[in-house]
Amino acid sequence: MDTYPKKRLEIIVEAPALNRVLNALDQADVSGYTVLPALAGKGSKGPWQREGLVSAAGKMVMIVCILDEELAGKALDSVFDLITHRIGIVTISNVEVVRDKRF
Amino acid sequence: MIDQIAQIATANLLSPMVLFFALGVAAALAKSDLVIPEAAAKAMALYLMLAIGFKGGVEVAAHGLDARLLGTLLAGAFLSATVPLIGFALLRLTANLSAYDAAAIAAHYGSISIVTFVAASQTLEHMGIPYEGYLVAVAAVMETPAILVALWLASRAAPGQDDVQVQGKNGVLREIALNGSIVLLVGSFFIGAASGKEGMEAVSPFIVDPFQGVLCLFLLDMGLLAGRSLTQGRRSLTPAVLAFGAYMPLLSASFAALFAWLLGLSVGGSALLITLAASASYIAVPAALRLALPQANPAVYLTMSLGVTFPLNLALGIPLYIFIATMFS
Repeated sequence: MDTYPKKRLEIIVEAPALNRVLNALDQADVSGYTVLPALAGKGSKGPWQREGLVSAAGKMVMIVCILDEELAGKALDSVFDLITHRIGIVTISNVEVVRDKRF
Repeated sequence: MIDQIAQIATANLLSPMVLFFALGVAAALAKSDLVIPEAAAKAMALYLMLAIGFKGGVEVAAHGLDARLLGTLLAGAFLSATVPLIGFALLRLTANLSAYDAAAIAAHYGSISIVTFVAASQTLEHMGIPYEGYLVAVAAVMETPAILVALWLASRAAPGQDDVQVQGKNGVLREIALNGSIVLLVGSFFIGAASGKEGMEAVSPFIVDPFQGVLCLFLLDMGLLAGRSLTQGRRSLTPAVLAFGAYMPLLSASFAALFAWLLGLSVGGSALLITLAASASYIAVPAALRLALPQANPAVYLTMSLGVTFPLNLALGIPLYIFIATMFS
């Protein structure tokens, strides 16, 4: 089976900023993404967990998108200002996809 | 006088809502695995907003609009806008905090805690003290001005660096104004006012009967969060910041008592206005500030409002505010 090289952009960001990050991705012509809730974790500010929280503050979400290399750079530029001062992690990794035209 | 305060305080400390809150704090400090699922906590918060808004609206429908309504709304907005200015100045003078952190904490203390308001209204009802139903609308009005003033303070102290400018001020203001809790609270208030006593009879089994039980469960969750917040965030708090969490509510309460007296509010209404001014937000404001002021450290302001001021208000503040209202009225 043929596979095709792509970039996987993964953004873990605070839940209150989610809509803004998604808007920035839309503006960068990113055609698709998936949002997942993060359940718990630990970082420089100590451990945290989602259970029991009422406010969006304190919750984290993960946004995953698979992109062409060129679009990955554009998407990263688009979200950079939003995520610079925020609690979160941004990673880009190399992946292989089966259906090239979907991405 | 001391006997009277002690009597109100004892009754308050032995109420199920305070005891459930204490249970939550104890469970979190003991590192118990007791948790309230996120969806259940969110649903209970929505229920409480709906119920308290609806009840306030029905009260207004029953007793009509008071001439003091406009004055109380304006007083609430004024308190919400000025308390952060005082809080910011005090924090900058006494605590070694950045402008971002000082502004963020000031916003929390200028805004209100609707759960503290609900707890105070329950204590008043238990004591048979009536209050003006429109205080719910005052609570909604007091949510936002503090956030705007805090953002202004932060942008003045560090011009050009806050996310409000990066992300567009209008977007942030719109998201703050249309915050889900405010929309539900105000919407339920108007629905209650429009449907009146007959509307209340129709939904009473849902809004009145389970209210106390849901509030106890919600306060158990708040206790768990407060305990967890204290465990994890205590290292972020210096003695000066901790002291602010204790004296700032008293300062705000004094200003509010003056306004309540000038407006001629009832004992119950005065107690609720004082409680609103003395409370610190931990639901709406943290989310708004993570959006608009991400440089501020959430461990500091969440621990302050949820781990320090909320328990103090719930256990000791509410009886004191009721007593102050009795003295002023």
